[in-house]
Amino acid sequence: MKHKTFFWFFLPTAMAMLIFIAAPIVSVVMQSLFLPHEAVLIQVENCGPFGCTQQTSIDQEATQALRDAAPMGRFAGLEVYFDRGHLATAEVAAAWRNSESLGAFFGELNNLPFYRAMAFTLTYTFTVTPLLIALGFFIAVGVNSVTRQLRGLLIFFSLLPMIVTPLVGSLILFWMIDARGVLGNLIQYLAADPDLSLKASTPLMWISLIIYGIWSSAPFAFVVFYAGLQTVPQDTLESAQIDGATRWQQIRYVLIPHLMPLITFVALIQLMDNFRVFEPIIGFSAQAHATSLSWIIFNDLGGETRQLSAAATTSVLTVLCVAILLTPVLVRTWRDFKGKA
Amino acid sequence: MFLKNTVAAIALTVAAGTAMADCGISEGRVSIVGNEFPAIQTVGANAMECASDSVEVSTNLTADHQTINLPGMQGNPAEYTSAIVANSSIVALMNEDVIRPLDDLIAAHGQSLKPNQIVTINGQAMAIAFMANAQHLVYRADVLEEAGVAVPTTYEEMLAAAEAIRAAGIMENPVGGPYAAGWNLAQEFNNMFLGFGGQHFEPGTANPTVNSEAGVKTLEMMKALSEYMNPDYLTHDSNGTNAEFRAGNTALMHMWGSRAATLVEAEGVPQEVVDGFAIAGPLTVGGGTTPASTLWWDGWTVAKNISDADAEATFKALLNGIDPSILSGEDVASQAVWLIDGYEPTEAAVGVFEAANSGTAPYPMLPYMGLMHTALGAELTDFMQGNESAEQALADVEAAYTAAAKENGFLQ
Repeated sequence: MKHKTFFWFFLPTAMAMLIFIAAPIVSVVMQSLFLPHEAVLIQVENCGPFGCTQQTSIDQEATQALRDAAPMGRFAGLEVYFDRGHLATAEVAAAWRNSESLGAFFGELNNLPFYRAMAFTLTYTFTVTPLLIALGFFIAVGVNSVTRQLRGLLIFFSLLPMIVTPLVGSLILFWMIDARGVLGNLIQYLAADPDLSLKASTPLMWISLIIYGIWSSAPFAFVVFYAGLQTVPQDTLESAQIDGATRWQQIRYVLIPHLMPLITFVALIQLMDNFRVFEPIIGFSAQAHATSLSWIIFNDLGGETRQLSAAATTSVLTVLCVAILLTPVLVRTWRDFKGKA
Repeated sequence: MFLKNTVAAIALTVAAGTAMADCGISEGRVSIVGNEFPAIQTVGANAMECASDSVEVSTNLTADHQTINLPGMQGNPAEYTSAIVANSSIVALMNEDVIRPLDDLIAAHGQSLKPNQIVTINGQAMAIAFMANAQHLVYRADVLEEAGVAVPTTYEEMLAAAEAIRAAGIMENPVGGPYAAGWNLAQEFNNMFLGFGGQHFEPGTANPTVNSEAGVKTLEMMKALSEYMNPDYLTHDSNGTNAEFRAGNTALMHMWGSRAATLVEAEGVPQEVVDGFAIAGPLTVGGGTTPASTLWWDGWTVAKNISDADAEATFKALLNGIDPSILSGEDVASQAVWLIDGYEPTEAAVGVFEAANSGTAPYPMLPYMGLMHTALGAELTDFMQGNESAEQALADVEAAYTAAAKENGFLQ
């Protein structure tokens, strides 16, 4: 395609990307560099059903004057990025100096919201992603080998976890694993411990969230791999069979290499998705045990006083973390591309 | 009370053109956002009766109201012409200056209002309160009798009663409380902390003072209570706690007056729970005289960024929503402690009245209290799970609050 033709062909997409992707990111970055104005506080008399009291309040006129003078707020630079709610550099340095062992240091780190969220998010991302790829692959191979009459039904049931809205799916599971729920009771019976509660234990809550993550995302991997399996060259497969390859060897040496680009694709998408884990934490009311960067953003915006700068900073950090996380896969894709060119 | 993320919690109802009441509104748009407990549902439903061919009235009553009311009122014109708020949540709307003074509307149309319904801030009327609320004791009289203990008036007695019930083998986890991590847990801390005589801030400043002796004692009492709760207590908000009570699993709990009154009216509540259900005033703690609870009012506001016609329509529709005539509706009188003219307290109001009469402190209406509440909700869970000391948890609360207060310009 000529450059000129390509330009006109691509222009609408580029405009849409600028407006809907680039502009919001720029706005979030700007928001993270500015802080609300200092509040001008005054003592006022408040009266209501319970009588009158002297209380501190915000001087609206004085604050409005500050806002009009500088609508963006106070410029803070990277201050918010390094405060306790985010990278907490001062607190981390203090923890490093004061901790006697590495364990104590990590204990201190776990007390800071950002690192606490990262601990869960990374554990979640790196257990859920490989396991859901493996599960999706085996469902795809399994469905692909049953008779055609049954396949439609099986595909439908395999896709159900993805069809169910994430919040609904996690709520259903949340009620089932309640100490008085079906699964919660079963686990108490199996462990012979009537006081066992999944929701009261951090490790068990993490395992529940991870199982939910695999359950809800495996169908995506399954669909992609199942489509890929329809394109496996039959002659390669047949020649492998003639050479006496076992079923496992056919999978290992024919199917997996053929599906490798798709596996990379699913890994890429799911790494991004799982890093932004959010719905199950809300659905499971798991915030006492597990938090994620997305949950921190939600919490900052959900209080009675919205913390927009803090939320914007966490958003930018999320984007940066996703970029770092995807670098190896992207580098690999780039090399493949260069190799082919 | 806050943030029960049940699906479809949003009950968005738009009135079709069936005019039932003449509220004296010629035209305008009324759009109300608020919490979803029974009394507010009643007010919303009565305001909806003002809908006519030329007046559009809609309500959005949801537990998530406080995350949507501010953004919904910041636009011009504002999406919501009114937010039903409490003394905690009006602060966020005041901080951002999205609600209008009501003095002119009160002078023109508010003759039926009682003076104590009008909430004034710095001399300007900013909200019309229609009910009072507080957390107080809800208990099972039959279970206490069976265990041979008197109705507790202090948290120390509550612990002793819980031990007696457990020892007698009646219930394994007799204590309940909305201790869900987040807003609820922070509110339980606030109650207990005020009961121990604690102060959240240095007077007149935004400097936190929760890391104090009162703070440590508060956390120790909360931890002691949690030993008698369902092990899942950190996931139980008011709805979850009520479900435990309805199922007959708890005998003693600290519950909102606005939810307690209708507690056992749900379907399928066992008869012994209905018969044993009883209400008493809030408890004191640590030998103090101030109850470990907070007083609340719920009321409505009018948005700033709307036309005068819409503001007037909103004011009139909500006046109809809290008209004394609504008290004749079935169950309405028992839904809340109404501040409306002509309200006669019912048995269910005992707890809130007791709270008001025994000198319970109102929830602090300070511009930075919301940030403290958020910090408490996020940082206390480690202590409750036994992962860190009370002092460490409170130091974390102060550190998290300080970072947030600096960001929002309350601290240098």
